[in-house]
Amino acid sequence: MSDWVEACAAGDIDEEDVMRFDHAGRTYAIYRSPEDEYFATDGLCSHEKVHLADGLVMDDIIECPKHNGRFNYKTGDARGAPVCVNLKTYPVKVDAGKVLIQVG
Amino acid sequence: MAWRYGEVEASHRRGAALPRAIRQVLMEEPAMTAISSPAPSGRDYSLTGRDAKRAVENGLSAAEWYHTEIPRKQMKELMQRSDQPAIRDTIIWLGALILSGAGGAWFWGSWWCVPFFFAYGTLYGSSTDSRWHECGHGTAFRTQWMNDAVYQLACFMIMRNPVTWRWSHARHHTDTIIVGRDPEIAVMRPPDLLRVVLNFFGMLDAWHAMTDMVRNAAGIISAAEKTFIPEQEQPSAIRIARIWLAIYVATFVLALYLHSWLPLMLVGLPRLYGAWHHVMTGLLQHGGLADNVIDHRLNSRTVYMNPISRFIYWNMNYHVEHHMFPMVPYHALPKLHEMIKHDLPAPTPSILAGYREMIPAFLRQLRNEDYFLKRELPPTAKPYREELHNDNPVAAAAE
Repeated sequence: MSDWVEACAAGDIDEEDVMRFDHAGRTYAIYRSPEDEYFATDGLCSHEKVHLADGLVMDDIIECPKHNGRFNYKTGDARGAPVCVNLKTYPVKVDAGKVLIQVG
Repeated sequence: MAWRYGEVEASHRRGAALPRAIRQVLMEEPAMTAISSPAPSGRDYSLTGRDAKRAVENGLSAAEWYHTEIPRKQMKELMQRSDQPAIRDTIIWLGALILSGAGGAWFWGSWWCVPFFFAYGTLYGSSTDSRWHECGHGTAFRTQWMNDAVYQLACFMIMRNPVTWRWSHARHHTDTIIVGRDPEIAVMRPPDLLRVVLNFFGMLDAWHAMTDMVRNAAGIISAAEKTFIPEQEQPSAIRIARIWLAIYVATFVLALYLHSWLPLMLVGLPRLYGAWHHVMTGLLQHGGLADNVIDHRLNSRTVYMNPISRFIYWNMNYHVEHHMFPMVPYHALPKLHEMIKHDLPAPTPSILAGYREMIPAFLRQLRNEDYFLKRELPPTAKPYREELHNDNPVAAAAE
């Protein structure tokens, strides 16, 4: 059964930035786009287990801090070497100033 | 950023007959268990060999490396991409390349062509090392197609298959100077100094690049290459090798047709006569320093250089900083250096000073391959985690 979990306050993440969120032994990355929308993916790069929250958000792209692998964080699509495997994405909503993600 | 992944298989297990020494690698991650791995001296650089297996088993491979703490806000500023610096530098680079090449061709047959080809060769056979590298990281330009275009051009000039080397360099950053894992270790221990000297003229690098190109063009991916190039990427490596082979054959045929070396002086040979600068700077990156450690302050070297070398090298002289934070573009590395130098060993003050410490270290490694230069940290730095880099059992190391 999927649950909505409070990840952070909406203002905790700058525009065009990313934040790490750990829950139930898993790590997630929560994004705030330049259009002020929120998204969530797995927190670790699918190439090697590096936290994407240390990476750089540019438009729709998150770039891994270790090998510069790129993903579209809105769809999870891998965008070229050295990443080949897509990221899992998670539904996100903002409710009363809180960012909630649907995990599970 | 280094060379010769293709030579790893051929040159592994050198020094296997040297006296045994005990080398402890104490690891506590990821399971917080301490593993003591006594091993005989004599490094096995094969990517499919003994040390490769051991590095995975004892956690040296894909380990969590030391990073200097930088607030997220400042890190974001440093990582920001911009097209402007790289467009400016690329216009200067290609402009100088075209002018010097045209000058060399114009004066071909007289001694006046020599200074032009000296400049052309350096821009072709050395500047491309840093352009390949920085665009491969995707940090030179903000616009990705610009990174890709310069990457492909530079790879051709430096004779590095763009598919193969993208993946080998990812491994280099995962397992920097980890024996058996890093495909880009420029100087293996004990050092082969003849090989080092010959590579100042591109001799062995170009030879291996050509043989690898012909092998890839024939559809063959080596066992070592298969360890770091995913299967779905291998056809691309083969396709590129075939295109390159066609270009070199066409250049050679043109030279024969014209009864002139000139076409080869412009395409291909600059990788030999212009290699000196990228080898001179590249050796300083890790030469004589520690291996099998997970702190870039121990295995990488930052060197202050003159502005011309920094232009050719695109600031890769800030090499500790680059390895710690590969997301930072070349043009922001001086700022990063100022920000974290309190936590790093003192930079080597010049290229000459670098060679004055590195050459004696290479000579010592001929007698004792476990010898290395240990970088001393300033009092303001966070100390090395000695439990991870225990060099005490290695006699004569870090003197």
